[in-house]
Amino acid sequence: MPPEQTLLLLRYMIMAREFDAAMLRLYRQGKAFGGVYSQLGNEATSVGSAYALDPKRDVLFPMHRNIGAHFVFGQNLDQLMVNHLAREGSQMRGTDGTGHYADETLRIYGNVSHLGAMIPVAAGFVLASRMRGEDCVAMTYIGDGGAQVGEVHEALNFASVHKLPLVLIIENNQYAYSTPNSLEFACAKLSDRALGYGIHGETIDGTNVETVYEACSRAVQRARAGEGPSIIETITMRLRGHAEHDDFAYVPKEMLAEWTAKDPVETYIKTLIKRGAITEDDVQALKKGTLADMIQAIDRALERPWPAAEEGFRNVFIEG
Amino acid sequence: MAVMTYLEAIADAMRVEMRKDKSVFMIGEDIGAYGGAFKLTKGFLEEFGSERVMDAPISESAIIGAGIGAALNGMRPIVEMQFMDFVTNGFNQLVTVAGTTAYRWGIGLPLVVRGPSGGGVGANPFHSRNSEAWFAHSTGLKVVCPAFPADAKGLLTAAIRDNNPVVFYEHKGLYRKIKEEVPEGEYVVPLGLARVVREGKSVSVITYGSAVHMSLQAAETLAQEGIDVEVVDIRTLVPFDEETVLESVRKTGRVVVAHEAVLTAGFGGEIAARIADKAFKYLDAPVKRVASFDSPTPFAPTLEKAVLPDADKIMVAIREVFRF
Repeated sequence: MPPEQTLLLLRYMIMAREFDAAMLRLYRQGKAFGGVYSQLGNEATSVGSAYALDPKRDVLFPMHRNIGAHFVFGQNLDQLMVNHLAREGSQMRGTDGTGHYADETLRIYGNVSHLGAMIPVAAGFVLASRMRGEDCVAMTYIGDGGAQVGEVHEALNFASVHKLPLVLIIENNQYAYSTPNSLEFACAKLSDRALGYGIHGETIDGTNVETVYEACSRAVQRARAGEGPSIIETITMRLRGHAEHDDFAYVPKEMLAEWTAKDPVETYIKTLIKRGAITEDDVQALKKGTLADMIQAIDRALERPWPAAEEGFRNVFIEG
Repeated sequence: MAVMTYLEAIADAMRVEMRKDKSVFMIGEDIGAYGGAFKLTKGFLEEFGSERVMDAPISESAIIGAGIGAALNGMRPIVEMQFMDFVTNGFNQLVTVAGTTAYRWGIGLPLVVRGPSGGGVGANPFHSRNSEAWFAHSTGLKVVCPAFPADAKGLLTAAIRDNNPVVFYEHKGLYRKIKEEVPEGEYVVPLGLARVVREGKSVSVITYGSAVHMSLQAAETLAQEGIDVEVVDIRTLVPFDEETVLESVRKTGRVVVAHEAVLTAGFGGEIAARIADKAFKYLDAPVKRVASFDSPTPFAPTLEKAVLPDADKIMVAIREVFRF
């Protein structure tokens, strides 16, 4: 991978991490409300996968922890912050929060809290593209818990039968809220399910951004070539609770220590320093600059008023 | 004008719109080569091809979800439920995703989910349900229940052209039972307008779907008893044409609300509440509801006839409010 690309991947990962840290601070200060869902440990999967797409023609259906993917697809930090904090100017007008927004220009369609519900929608989106002869691959995400929702099966089967250009990333981050893998599924690997759909599936290291990028690039190529959907299971660990109210007490300390040592961002920094692509000073400067960007984005977002109450009565239906 | 059955009128609406607009296409089960469980899409595959008359696996969530995705991406999908009962398998897509998209995103979803509903044909608890009230209660979904062929065509055309998700209830008992003159070519009946299908002075029956026909039959019989019944077909539950209903109530002062769906928390309760709220001083009798007994729709003809409303049950109610 060319050095400028590797630096870009690192930059997106650090942005995701700093955004995460910013949201946690805001939550503790009582300025972020509702659920704050950390994506700590998820950076490599979000960034590496979305980076395999072409944001000009492809489409992204991210989940709430895929902050890095939003940045890869060109989402502006200020807009993302305003969306999360539900201030005036939110792309959801205050009707919803987190990363649930849609941005038709950026080709990002956020999720709903009912996990798996957007996978059939992603399939339908690319079905429409194909009917018009357009080359568009949809990438969407689910977790080790969400993968047990019936709609995921229906969508994968539908997309497989009709050979739709869909890439499903199953982010296996060990816990579905508090429930471990052992109580969520009984197959050896979640990608084994691909066999049942007659499609390609593989399980990869979800902490290595380049591994994720390469596997997803192959999946995107297969989709473009008309070979149908792929399942890429990325193994990582959610390094915080389900949301910030969750004390995370169900996680064994040794397990957390083991995965913290595999931190996707710090691991990649070490790799790039070893390769000579970046220096320790560069990293510090990048982190510092990103943190400063976050602080400014927070300040600008919090200067904005709450959305007008009238918004609550608008747009239940589209007029005209 | 051409004489069409209710079923032919529905097929005609789709055919006309599909010929006119390439973004209109269908997804459903057995709708292609087989022509649909009721043969409603007979000939569609031959005319429009398998891409626009798309047979899907038995996966209502995937089918409705794919319709939503296609609607987000510039198409106007018509999703067929082989029986509206099976919409339960796709409930989350319709209620959670489709019904909230405009509110959350400000993006229109030109999606129609349509199919046969209703009982009276010996089809068992799983092929007979009238579930329209669920979707009237779930926000962000328009709900249409036509009673006549011309209305079915015109309302379906309006539904296809609407930029919001529309749940379109066809009554399977009406498919081949009723015929009438239907305008040929493009024909639109706007959503949200009730229609007075029979004028009268004594009692208003506010109704929709199959119960319109039961009410008209009741009205004919009662005319011989000197009770002059007005029948208002609301046609769409969402949006609801409150004004036409209230106008009829102000005229007669006596109201029966009738639908084939079960009584409790049915749409009739909503209609009765609006009347009580906005036309109370015009009422000369309590508002009476006629609906199905609160049970699943049973299989055997004796049981089914017993629980479903019919013209006789509506007549009893009309006489009661008339004599109050």
